[in-house]
Amino acid sequence: MMIWDVHCHLSGVPGRTPDERMAQLIAFADRMGIERLCVFMGMNWSYDPTPDDMRKQNDEVLAALERWHYRAFGFVYLNPNHVEASLAELDRCVRDGPMVGVKLWVARHCNTPELDPIVERAGELKAPVLQHTYIKATGNLPGESTPMELAELARRHPDVPFIAAHTGADWEVGIRAIRDCKNVSAELCGSDPTAGFTEMAVRELGAERVLYGSDAGGRSFASQLGKVLGADISESAKRLILSDNCKRLLMPILKQKGVKTDE
Amino acid sequence: MSSKGYMSDYSRREFIRTTTVVAAVAAGGLGPDAAEAVVVPGAAGTAGRGTLIDTNISLSRWPCRRLPLDETPALVARLRSQGVKQAWAGSFDGLLHKDIASVNARLAADCRKNGRGVLVPFGSVNPRLPDWEDDLRRCQEEHKMPGIRLHPNYHGYKLDDLAFARLLDLARERGLIVQLAVSMEDERTQHPLMRAPRVDVTPLIALLASQPNLRIVLLNWSRGVSSSLLAKLSAAGSVCFDIATLDGVGGVANLLEQVPLERVVFGSHAPFFYLESAVLKLKESDLSESQVAAIQAANARRLLGLPARG
Repeated sequence: MMIWDVHCHLSGVPGRTPDERMAQLIAFADRMGIERLCVFMGMNWSYDPTPDDMRKQNDEVLAALERWHYRAFGFVYLNPNHVEASLAELDRCVRDGPMVGVKLWVARHCNTPELDPIVERAGELKAPVLQHTYIKATGNLPGESTPMELAELARRHPDVPFIAAHTGADWEVGIRAIRDCKNVSAELCGSDPTAGFTEMAVRELGAERVLYGSDAGGRSFASQLGKVLGADISESAKRLILSDNCKRLLMPILKQKGVKTDE
Repeated sequence: MSSKGYMSDYSRREFIRTTTVVAAVAAGGLGPDAAEAVVVPGAAGTAGRGTLIDTNISLSRWPCRRLPLDETPALVARLRSQGVKQAWAGSFDGLLHKDIASVNARLAADCRKNGRGVLVPFGSVNPRLPDWEDDLRRCQEEHKMPGIRLHPNYHGYKLDDLAFARLLDLARERGLIVQLAVSMEDERTQHPLMRAPRVDVTPLIALLASQPNLRIVLLNWSRGVSSSLLAKLSAAGSVCFDIATLDGVGGVANLLEQVPLERVVFGSHAPFFYLESAVLKLKESDLSESQVAAIQAANARRLLGLPARG
């Protein structure tokens, strides 16, 4: 069964350079039968990166892709607290570069209007927007978004494909929050492999809206793959979650860029 | 660029073998032979058929949701399908129920009735309850349990509590294995009315020094134990560590750089976690055959006082 992982990082992986870390990630991915990785953010993370740091982190991903472009895709890391710099970075890395998606993390709540020009530009470029979402019983970070906030953003941009990274981690709430937003997919990664997550996502959203991701290197490929391989869902649903849905989301921009895949 | 190019960079045969194994996990409901291949691909002969011992499963109902495998027969079927020969079972009821004696009696009966020779009961003991010593006695004398499972964060005591030290004393005297669950659920995703901060295991360092023959296993520990604390615990006594909450790429191999191999045991935290998550961790790390064999079963057998191979 082909596997594409929609959520990987260079952080938490051994290696002194982006290339060394990427080689490590690929080695682990090979052991788990994972063909493609989507990678974003640099070697050292920042909640609220300056424009310079944003460019540095994206440069590190670009460096990681140099040797591994046939195994990995890059998503550009943007900060909506710096809209103009983010738009410039979107053009540099996606329109004029090899990256194929947008990563938004915890700098600003995603339902705020500063997100709109970034999302509009991403939509023009056919780049899916992957937004971190969490609902923490211990309290979210100051700018950390919930799935409910992502649903607000997604309703304003119904033609742009969004990925609810982690589906809030409190997935029983997160799945409900995005249920009526057909342009939002639930991503399984970055939380403990709690049984029932995948079954509920498939039941409430349909398997076509569920994506496998690992959040490696902070998480293992194994713990997150178990969420799909151990779920009581059909084989066809597993195939959609493990690769087909990710391919479908990326296919428009991959075609636009002339990137070929197996299909 | 076409993905076909990368196949020339590494072994196509290796990739096909790996994807076949992953597909086998995905298929579920596998026979023991196939499950063995899932656990140790490429290491045939090391583990032998059905040699996986899961030291961390629970029966009955999780208080906040129904779990896909919380009916014991279904859980046992899944365990067997993944090659688990033996599973050490606590009870979710042991977290909050005050009538612990009935919890343990039901656990023992469930293991006998539905365990198909796989389930081994580990009763709950709450040293905050009056006459808890009799619960300990019943676990061993009436239910023939080889060990007990403790949940200090749900029972409301710290590990520097005198009752905990006395419990360790009595368990050691009886030759019981003590399993201590550091957490059951990520604090960030707990029900707001059922918050249970993970257990601070720091006091164990001093306690272990005075309990040289105590056999203790930490379950679901990794989020609450720093590298430095892990090293101190490992040096203090014969404490073992399960892999259920161990995470990060190559997590098992990373753990083996910090603690001796004989201290690491397989534990899944099923059915709260997907069993397959723990199974696949043994595949993700580049482990030798002897390392896999030790973690899969030999170390758990040693805890039971059995030969490493059986």
